[in-house]
Amino acid sequence: MLTRRLIACLDVRDGRVVKGVNFEGLRDAGDPAELARRYNVEGIDELVILDVTATLEGRRALAQTIRTVARELFIPLCVGGGIRTGADADLIVEAGADKVSLNSAALQTPALITELAGRYGSQAVIVAIDAKRAGDHYAVFTRSATSAAGRDAVEWAREAEARGAGEILLTSIDRDGTRSGFDLDMTAALADAVNIPVIASGGAGTFDHFVDVFVDGRADAALAASVFHFEEHAVLELKRHLARAGVPMRLDKDVDPC
Amino acid sequence: MLALIDYRAGNLTSVRKAFAAIGADIATPALPADLAGARGIIVPGVGHFNVTASIDTPWREAIRAAVGAGVPLLGICVGLQFLFDGSEEAPGLPGLGVFGGACRLLRPAGSERLKVPHVGWNTLSRRGDSRILDGIADEAFAYFTHSYAAPIVDGTVAETVHGTGFSSVVERGNVFGAQFHPEKSGDVGLRLLANFVRVTRC
Repeated sequence: MLTRRLIACLDVRDGRVVKGVNFEGLRDAGDPAELARRYNVEGIDELVILDVTATLEGRRALAQTIRTVARELFIPLCVGGGIRTGADADLIVEAGADKVSLNSAALQTPALITELAGRYGSQAVIVAIDAKRAGDHYAVFTRSATSAAGRDAVEWAREAEARGAGEILLTSIDRDGTRSGFDLDMTAALADAVNIPVIASGGAGTFDHFVDVFVDGRADAALAASVFHFEEHAVLELKRHLARAGVPMRLDKDVDPC
Repeated sequence: MLALIDYRAGNLTSVRKAFAAIGADIATPALPADLAGARGIIVPGVGHFNVTASIDTPWREAIRAAVGAGVPLLGICVGLQFLFDGSEEAPGLPGLGVFGGACRLLRPAGSERLKVPHVGWNTLSRRGDSRILDGIADEAFAYFTHSYAAPIVDGTVAETVHGTGFSSVVERGNVFGAQFHPEKSGDVGLRLLANFVRVTRC
């Protein structure tokens, strides 16, 4: 049975994780590779590295981070943040990312979705949508979440799918950072509107928020950062909690050592 | 040397890194004749079945000759589909035909809604003995991303269900295929690749 996915997001600036991490036993809590390793051991299903730098030095550090993580981790790795052109995406894919996440650039140049889907396959192209409630619909905002893009989130998700996106990463601006739970109505609206997977993001605070987003929000995957960063064993315990609530999860170690 | 066939079907970085991690020596042959010395052949692949059209007649003949001589072959994702007669995704484009039947679009078993592509971690249900699945438990999880899938055949050694059941791992003699991505399936995937490498060293 296809399981729902838990995805850990690492916000990285100049090669360092910027949101605090307080696990015991980490030599260096700001090292993305070390954190990625830890999550992998705990059973995370996928990793997203979000580059919040956008300086040239930062981008070089990012490529090195991707290379280090991809050399030893063999689960899907998505990289987003500041990808404006096909050449930006090429650098990230060559460094070892399996998927790239497009946000503002896809809004400005929707043909970029099709270009990258043609080059790497739809499975490698995620379109990230930052949206918030606006009356009876959901309005799309650009990455900084400060300016309205003049698009409806459901309609933009459908267009992204038609242009070749393989997944949608939906972030609720209203809920992001609040720890008050995912926006279930918005997630369900998008999950019902497209036939590609929808990854829900923004608002995770408790284990039950994840149950809600899979059951009521009909999300295919859920992404979080700080929930995983601040508690040791949070990934494994959350997966067990979800499995007990009836949400299909990848849990077991299924292999003998070589 | 293991030959990784690069026919411009997506990004091979992950596959190369996974083989490097288990200590296998991978090369990308430039010409069909370069397959002559290979201990094993890997046909990767991602995306549309159309991409296998780039494996032209000289390459197909070289691959067939190697397989005929007992050289182990591993097809991954579209590379597994290539081992069958063809795919309804690209009618008229033949596969290698090691396994009979055509790949089809994933369909719901009943009236339920089915998301296609099938993206994420799903279980491998074992069917019979297998060398390529040695050491991998029944119902182990693997990472999939695909819309078309191969039918269940005699050589199906693992089945996965998304809508209806399909061949997630096939094996006949020294020909193997995985519909999932072993290079992205954690320890389960690395074990499958290591099992393949072991077969090439026999």
